[in-house]
Amino acid sequence: MLYQIIENTPIAPGVFLLDLAGDTSMVKAPGQFCQIQIPGFYLRRPISLCDWDENGMTLIYKTVGQGTDALSRMETGDTLDILNGLGNGYDVNACGQRPLVIGGGVGVPPLYALTKALLAAGKTPTVILGFNKEEEIFLMDSFEDLGVPVLLTTVDGSAGQKGFVTGTLPQDYDSFFACGPLPMLKAVYKACGTNGQLSLEERMGCGFGACMGCTVQTKDGPKRVCKEGPVFRKEELAW
Amino acid sequence: MVNLSVNLCGLKLDNPVIPASGCFGYGKEFAEYYDINILGSFSFKGTTLEPRFGNPTPRIAETASGMLNAVGLQNPGVNHVITHELPDMKAYFHKPVIANVSGFSIGEYEKTCALLDAQEQVGIIEVNISCPNVHGGGMAFGVSPESAAAVTKAVKAVTKKPVFIKLSPNVTDIVSIAKACQDAGADGLSLINTLLGMRIDLKTRKPILANTMGGLSGPAVFPVALRMVYQVCKAVSIPIMGMGGVSSARDVIEMMLAGATAVQIGAANLVNPFICKEIIEQLPEEMERLGINSLQEIIGGAHA
Repeated sequence: MLYQIIENTPIAPGVFLLDLAGDTSMVKAPGQFCQIQIPGFYLRRPISLCDWDENGMTLIYKTVGQGTDALSRMETGDTLDILNGLGNGYDVNACGQRPLVIGGGVGVPPLYALTKALLAAGKTPTVILGFNKEEEIFLMDSFEDLGVPVLLTTVDGSAGQKGFVTGTLPQDYDSFFACGPLPMLKAVYKACGTNGQLSLEERMGCGFGACMGCTVQTKDGPKRVCKEGPVFRKEELAW
Repeated sequence: MVNLSVNLCGLKLDNPVIPASGCFGYGKEFAEYYDINILGSFSFKGTTLEPRFGNPTPRIAETASGMLNAVGLQNPGVNHVITHELPDMKAYFHKPVIANVSGFSIGEYEKTCALLDAQEQVGIIEVNISCPNVHGGGMAFGVSPESAAAVTKAVKAVTKKPVFIKLSPNVTDIVSIAKACQDAGADGLSLINTLLGMRIDLKTRKPILANTMGGLSGPAVFPVALRMVYQVCKAVSIPIMGMGGVSSARDVIEMMLAGATAVQIGAANLVNPFICKEIIEQLPEEMERLGINSLQEIIGGAHA
């Protein structure tokens, strides 16, 4: 499926916002991802959807290697071949009334569409965002514009509360959603006593369940991060 | 009207396009994208006697024009394949399928092959003696003519269906191993499996793959695969399934000219899930352009 680049601009050091026009009818849930074919590279790059509507979608990605670096140099009007609507996504019906939405770094983007979906489902989410330092913060305003409480932490204390997301957990919540680096996910997994859904990251081959490249062991046996995931229920994870 | 069908050990395939083992699962994920009954057949995920989790991740690394994998034969074991995967497959694939088998001892190959030979849906058994990603198994049998012949002989004794032996390119002389398999009774040969390779992460200075090394596939290996199919074709009289980096209708035709009766498509499926459908659709046009009436007639055409 082809998508046209509407905008591809930096929003923080090494972090880009990519607005694309194209078919999103296959996208079913927040937390799903797409696989982008970047010209000159063999494997596609998996990037989660930050938001979408019937005309297109917004992705936010970090340049972590040659592929995403090349992507960051593509321009408005260029087209990208993308496999969309991959993975399971978050289930906004399988949580309590007052969920925490916890994101760290480039794990933050899919939580934007998730928070919108939670509000649409009548829930009252509280958002906790963690970054390394002030200059790396992005998307904070967009979350605040949704009218939800947003708690901010930075590792160096240059903005918000100093420390990690787990240092600012409120008393009053009944479930959680999380996306971020593995150490953050494991800390949240331990710190939150409620049910939760966590989105995992893994190097992928195909992204649609064929190659078994991204398998993780769970309490229910081996699962593919790209197909049965990337979102796993807390109870499934053998941490 | 051009003719795409080929005869593979008595099995009449509508076309020679066969997704390769390990790149197509049991077909289910692809059946969500297109009707996979248009395929000649497909070779399902490598199956062992016992369930296997496989290697730790990362299992995948990118290369120039290709990829490395070190999945390590993750599969649910032959019993689960027979009780779940094959019955499920009936709902979306109605042609004889190729059962790909791996093992860690000759006894294990025998047991797994015998169990799959008894399955009506299985048309061909493809014995993988060349997996580079599993220590102490798989490839150990594929690196010498003697051990390759021993596996072939053992499997042939417990099966009635055509047996193809899948060969490793990671050997000094693939022709001598191919001949040994033929002499031991193999009905056909599949080649090539992946080429052993590795990548190192420049930041961490550690190998990218948790298994350190993995199998290289994709367009990067096509000329190597083509050369080996050509050499083996010259030396044996049994049919060959050619594979290694095939990514287009033109590659399929080239592989057949080198001596392949059928052509397997591997890594290309992982990048473009529609690739086999596109190749099957492009073949007639490409044949007309090249003046080919029947694919069966061009097999080994480069050997004139």
